[in-house]
Amino acid sequence: MSTSSDTRPADARTTGLEVVGLSASYGPVTALDGVDVSAEPGRITAVLGANGAGKTTLLRTISGLVRPTAGKVLLGGRDVTRAPAEMIARAGVAHVPEGRGVITELTVEENLRLGALLGSSRKRTRQQLDDIYTMFPPLAERRGRHAHTLSGGERQMLVIGRALLSGPDVLLLDEPSLGLAPRIVAQIFGLLRELVDDTAGERLSVLLVEQNARSALSIADVGVVLNLGRVVAVDSAAALAADDGLRHAYLGF
Amino acid sequence: MQQFLNVTLTGLAQGAVYAAIALALVLIWRSTRIVNFAQGAMAMFTTYIALALIEAGQSYWVGLLVALVSGLVLGALVERVVVRRVEGGPELNAVIVTLGLFVGFQALAAILFGSTFVSFPAPFDLRGFTVGGVNIAFTPNSIFVIVAVIVVMLALVALFRFTNLGLQMRASAFSQEMSRLLGVRVGALLTLGWALAAVVGSLAGVLIAGGNLVSPNYMDAVVVYGFVAAVLGGLESPGGAVVGGLTIGLLLSYVSGYLGSELVALASLVILVAVLLVRPQGLFSHAAARRV
Repeated sequence: MSTSSDTRPADARTTGLEVVGLSASYGPVTALDGVDVSAEPGRITAVLGANGAGKTTLLRTISGLVRPTAGKVLLGGRDVTRAPAEMIARAGVAHVPEGRGVITELTVEENLRLGALLGSSRKRTRQQLDDIYTMFPPLAERRGRHAHTLSGGERQMLVIGRALLSGPDVLLLDEPSLGLAPRIVAQIFGLLRELVDDTAGERLSVLLVEQNARSALSIADVGVVLNLGRVVAVDSAAALAADDGLRHAYLGF
Repeated sequence: MQQFLNVTLTGLAQGAVYAAIALALVLIWRSTRIVNFAQGAMAMFTTYIALALIEAGQSYWVGLLVALVSGLVLGALVERVVVRRVEGGPELNAVIVTLGLFVGFQALAAILFGSTFVSFPAPFDLRGFTVGGVNIAFTPNSIFVIVAVIVVMLALVALFRFTNLGLQMRASAFSQEMSRLLGVRVGALLTLGWALAAVVGSLAGVLIAGGNLVSPNYMDAVVVYGFVAAVLGGLESPGGAVVGGLTIGLLLSYVSGYLGSELVALASLVILVAVLLVRPQGLFSHAAARRV
C-alpha cells in the first residue's frame, strides 16, 4: 500500500508515534495539559473520554493544525512538533477528522486520488485505487459521483480508503462511529482491526478517538482515558473495560 | 437584421473579454474568498508594460507574451507580499487592501506611463468583414479576441480537470484544512491561483486595449462588467463566469445598439441588482447545495 514510506529511515517503521508532555490551549482555556500518549505499530490505541476532554485537540495538535504550547510529538523518533500540517502528513500521518473530511464537491475518485498523491507514480496510483475499490465495493460503484451523494457509512469508507492511499505509518481517526448505524460501526471497526492485523499493514499505528468507548475498547489493544486535558488512565483495553469505577466515572457505560 | 447581426457579433467579442475578467475574479474568489478589486488595475499595469515594449519597437506578440508573464509574477507577488497578511481575517480587511492596491496601481501607472490617452495597436485588421457586399461590424481582430479567450479557458479547464495540480487547487479551494491534512501545500497553491488569475486578467487587458485608447483607468468599466458577469455566474463557477461574461457582453451590446450607448453603465447596474434580487446565488452556483 505504501510507496512514500520506502524512503523513510528504518526506525520509522518500528517506533510509531510518541507524544510527550503535550499541552495546548485556545486562548486562556487549556485544552491539553501535559499529555503523554504513544501509538505503537500493529496496535490500535483508543483515546477515550467525555466531550471536552481534549481528544480532538490531541489529534489536531499531533497533525499540526493546533500549535502546542509545550511538549513534543515524535514520529518514528523524529521530532515533528510545530511542523506545518502538510509536512506532518507527508511524514506519514493520516488524520481523518471529526465529521470525516470528505471533500463533498469532488467526486469519490478525486477524493481518493488526493490521498494517493503523496508519493506514488501514476501507474501505482491506478493499482492502489483498484485495491481500495476491492476493499470497499460501494465506492467502486460510485467512483464518478460527487461525494455529497454518499451515505454516512460510504463517506467513512471513503475517508479511510483515502487515508490508506497515502501509505501512512500513523492513522489518526476522530470519532469514526459518529452518526453511523451500529451495524455499520461494527463493520468499520472490524475492518480497522483487520487492517492492523494484516501482515502487510503491520507497520500501521492507529490512534482512535471515540466517545463510543464500549465499541472502541472491543477492538483496541490499549486504551488511554482523558479528562479535562489530562491522562487519567492508561491500560490494556481489556483491563479498562473491566474497571467498573473508571467506566462509570469517565466512559459512560 | 443587419444591425442585429452587428450588435450580436460585437457583443460576443466584448463578452469574451468580460468572461476572461470574470474568470480571473472567480479563480481568486473560489480559493481565497476575496473579491480582487485590483484585478482591472493589475491588468492595466501589465498592458502598459506591453505597450512600452511595442513602442520600443518590439512586436505585438512579444508585448502580449511579456504582459502575460508579468501578470504571472505580479499576481504571485501581490498574493505573497500583501494579500497573504489579510487572508482568513475579517472580510473588510481584504476589501480595503484590494481597493488600496487598485488606487496604488493606477497612481503608479500614471507616474510611470503618464495619465493621457495613448493608442494601443491591434494585431489584426479592425475593418469589418464583408458578407454578400455588406460590411459587418465583425472584424478579424474580434475573431482573435474570441479565439484567445477560448484557448485560455480550455487550458484552464484542462488544468483543473485532468492534472493532479488542478485537483489539488480545487481541493484547497473547497477545504483548506482537509487539503493540508492530505499533504497539499495550500499556501503555494494560493499564490499560484492569484498568479493564474492575473495572467487571465492581463490577457483581457491587452485584448480590450487592442485598437483602442488606454489610460490608467481604461479598465475600470471593463472590470465592473466582469464583476457583474461573475456575480451572474455565481462567483463560484468558472463555467458560470464564461456564460455570464458572454451574456453581459450581448445584453450591453443590445442596450448600446438599440437604446443608446449612454445607458450601458446603467444597464449593467440594473442587471446586477436584478440578479442579486432574483437569484443572489447566481445562475450556476453550488452555493445553495453546499449550505445544506
